[in-house]
Amino acid sequence: MSATRENRAGNLLDVRGLTKLFGSLKACDGIDLTIDRGEIHALLGENGAGKSTFVKMLFGALEPAAGTIRWKGEEVRIASPGDARKLGIGMVFQHFSLFDALTAAENIMLSLDDPAPAGAVAARARELSEAYGLPLDPNAHVGDLSVGERQRIEIIRCLLQNPELIILDEPTSVLTPQEADRLFDTLARLKAEGRSILYISHRLEEVKRICDRATVLRQGRVIAHCDPRRETASSLARMMVGDEVQAVVREKPSAAREALLEVRALSRKAGHPFAVSLSDIDLAVHAGEVLGIAGVAGNGQGEFFEAVSGEVLQEKADAVRIRGKDAGRQDISGRRLMGAAFVPEERLGHAAAPLMTLSQNLLLSRCRTDARAFLSRLGIIRQGAVAKAAKRIADAMDVRKAGEDPEAAALSGGNLQKFVIGRELDRAPMVMVVNQPTWGVDAGAAARIRQALIDLSKGGSAVLVISQDLDELFEICDAIAVMHHGRLSAPIPIGEATYEKVGLLMGGARPEAAEPMLEAV
Amino acid sequence: MRVELVKRPQQSALFSALSPFIALLLTLLAGAVMFLFLGKNPADALYYFFIEPLLETWSLHELAVKAAPLILIGVGLSICYLSNNWNIGAEGQFIIGAIAGSILPVAFPGFQSPIVLPLMLLMGIVGGAAYAGIPAWLKARFGTNEILTSLMLVYVAQLFLDWLVRGPWRNPEGFNFPETRNFHAYAVLPEIWPASGRAHWGFVFAILAALVLWFVLSRTLKGFEVKLIGQSPRAGRFAGFSRSRMIIFAFLVSGALAGLAGISEVSGAIGQLRPAISPGYGFTAIIVAFLGRLNPLGIIAAGLVLALSYLGGEAAQISIGVSDKVARAFQGMLLFFVLACDTLIHYRIRISRRVVAAKPIKAPAGHA
Repeated sequence: MSATRENRAGNLLDVRGLTKLFGSLKACDGIDLTIDRGEIHALLGENGAGKSTFVKMLFGALEPAAGTIRWKGEEVRIASPGDARKLGIGMVFQHFSLFDALTAAENIMLSLDDPAPAGAVAARARELSEAYGLPLDPNAHVGDLSVGERQRIEIIRCLLQNPELIILDEPTSVLTPQEADRLFDTLARLKAEGRSILYISHRLEEVKRICDRATVLRQGRVIAHCDPRRETASSLARMMVGDEVQAVVREKPSAAREALLEVRALSRKAGHPFAVSLSDIDLAVHAGEVLGIAGVAGNGQGEFFEAVSGEVLQEKADAVRIRGKDAGRQDISGRRLMGAAFVPEERLGHAAAPLMTLSQNLLLSRCRTDARAFLSRLGIIRQGAVAKAAKRIADAMDVRKAGEDPEAAALSGGNLQKFVIGRELDRAPMVMVVNQPTWGVDAGAAARIRQALIDLSKGGSAVLVISQDLDELFEICDAIAVMHHGRLSAPIPIGEATYEKVGLLMGGARPEAAEPMLEAV
Repeated sequence: MRVELVKRPQQSALFSALSPFIALLLTLLAGAVMFLFLGKNPADALYYFFIEPLLETWSLHELAVKAAPLILIGVGLSICYLSNNWNIGAEGQFIIGAIAGSILPVAFPGFQSPIVLPLMLLMGIVGGAAYAGIPAWLKARFGTNEILTSLMLVYVAQLFLDWLVRGPWRNPEGFNFPETRNFHAYAVLPEIWPASGRAHWGFVFAILAALVLWFVLSRTLKGFEVKLIGQSPRAGRFAGFSRSRMIIFAFLVSGALAGLAGISEVSGAIGQLRPAISPGYGFTAIIVAFLGRLNPLGIIAAGLVLALSYLGGEAAQISIGVSDKVARAFQGMLLFFVLACDTLIHYRIRISRRVVAAKPIKAPAGHA
């Protein structure tokens, strides 16, 4: 304890020259960073800049190749997350590791190093949740909780260890704006207690708002230490990317034309206890239009995508109509042949097979629509034609890859996503349905993907974008509808849409209620 | 202390290629140790086991006779395993194929014509496929575990054959031995080169089947579908391929080939039905499929290696007087080493001690 007091004036954490190699790639290259007590410190960087690697080394999940970590002035070796927790470093991950079938308290209990009775854990969790403004019922089953509530479990789980440094990995990426505000209040409270926070994010406005200092990484190196409040969003973005990110150009939509994708009274029962059932979804996407579907993750977007894409068939043929024809009883190949194209949320394992090459992955979604080009008689694959098309797509979308035709898993997330989107754009589809087009994708690739979607719609196609990223939807959509608990609101034209309005709908306000609430404010 | 398998970030291409050979080498070493414990000279034993059978023309023919069913079944199983369908019941499909194919010569011995043999082969194929269709349908329709159902059906087939040859199909002129009548001349699968040995056309079927399936797997959309559904079922569904149709397809193909192997064996090598017509070909073929890395061309080589273990077992029994169970032991060791080599290519072993505390490397001066 005395050591802690003596050091109160100094840094809590002092990292020098931390380096990590993966093969020949320097994921982290001599990173220096200090965190003071009671500071919210932002770690900024594109995907692949080395943020996760760095944080994993702090949390004991990876071992550094070189460099030192000083904790309260003492050099330490953190060999496992257990070590990190003992030192007083806690982490809240972006992807939660919770068991749906257990209660919040049971989940917390499982993660404790020293076993404690469930009742005691629940009581302590309730105490913490009240103290830090994180409303949570410890006895609720995780499967019934919203993403925001699940995140609170993770935060409480972390706080139970009484950490002095809390690492938060992209905490707001799954929250509504209102939920995010509440999280910021909690963070302020933690900071007031003298705890430090390492805040990983790519949302620059947020970082400017709550962080005291920022460290910007690019390609594994520290580019700058700065005070984010003195920077502008675009100057921060420039540091992250290295040059100006091209702003996406959008034109006014022309007068409404024919509906190319229609969904009529689509309902679907939940297939398993933790799936969301869809009820009475109506929607039309017109030629030349980009329609966005906002919503917090886990509100039925995945189920909706499966239904629209034809991975799951509908009972009524007219529940889904493509280019004026009933498609509800057509499977995904049938819908593709009608002119639609689909990009699911998960890249590896859904959109692409990880261990197959890019050209095989091209065949994956286009073996039926382009049978004439890619197959000869008896279903023999024309490898040359497929490889040529794959190369064309990689060039068009600027997919950076090692080797001529690497396995999908060898590409970075952003590059694979560019390929997966480009694979569909290459067909110039009349209807394009994309789920989370830029999830986990670096800023440069995201801008390119968004521009490509807008260009597709300008060419007269209908584009439906399901996304959790409100900034993205406001950037590219002509109208935004909100999905909540398997229901879809009426689309709000972009001219009338505001973050508050969409945010309230995401939080579950009824559409008619959203307006007066705003007016009252 | 705890032993863990940790996934390697990347696999060595060199060792992936070498792995079957390393497994063979390790099997030979372990075999030498086994012979040593049996009180035999390991060098002699291995010579009789693995070299001697390759020195005579007639025994090369025997090698082909044993390899034919192993390769036929093995390539069929490769389709199943690549598409993530764990058909363990090839032995039963082999037996039912043999029974279905034997209906004509056994139940209708008077029907003698050149068309009998093609009909028999066809019925063997259909019988094996239909029998494999049972676990396939159960899996596609009800989601049953195909490992259990296909395996259990093996015992059903074995007992059914036993009942047939002791009961309704017993040879009326056979002095009550549990055997059917001998197949007539039109019902016998001919030898390839009758002058030099017993190898019959089953071996040709095996090579043809392997070549065709190799082409299908590596060059056609169907092969792509098989591998895609096996590797990532969700991506397979996204591609528009049906998982349940693939289950049926994979089982039917492997059942058909096992059935063809069965009827080829009885009409080519044995000439009648007996209570035991297979020394475990259907199970050994699982080893063949994996030793051949689920690649039909590799399976040809693997089939020959495993066939040699059968011949070696017989030879060693005669020359040095060890039990023919030694052959089974060899096959078991081979499968063990193949799987172990593959596992170590994908994973490395980490031995970690339980207590790893955060240790300060050095305590700065002034600290208690």
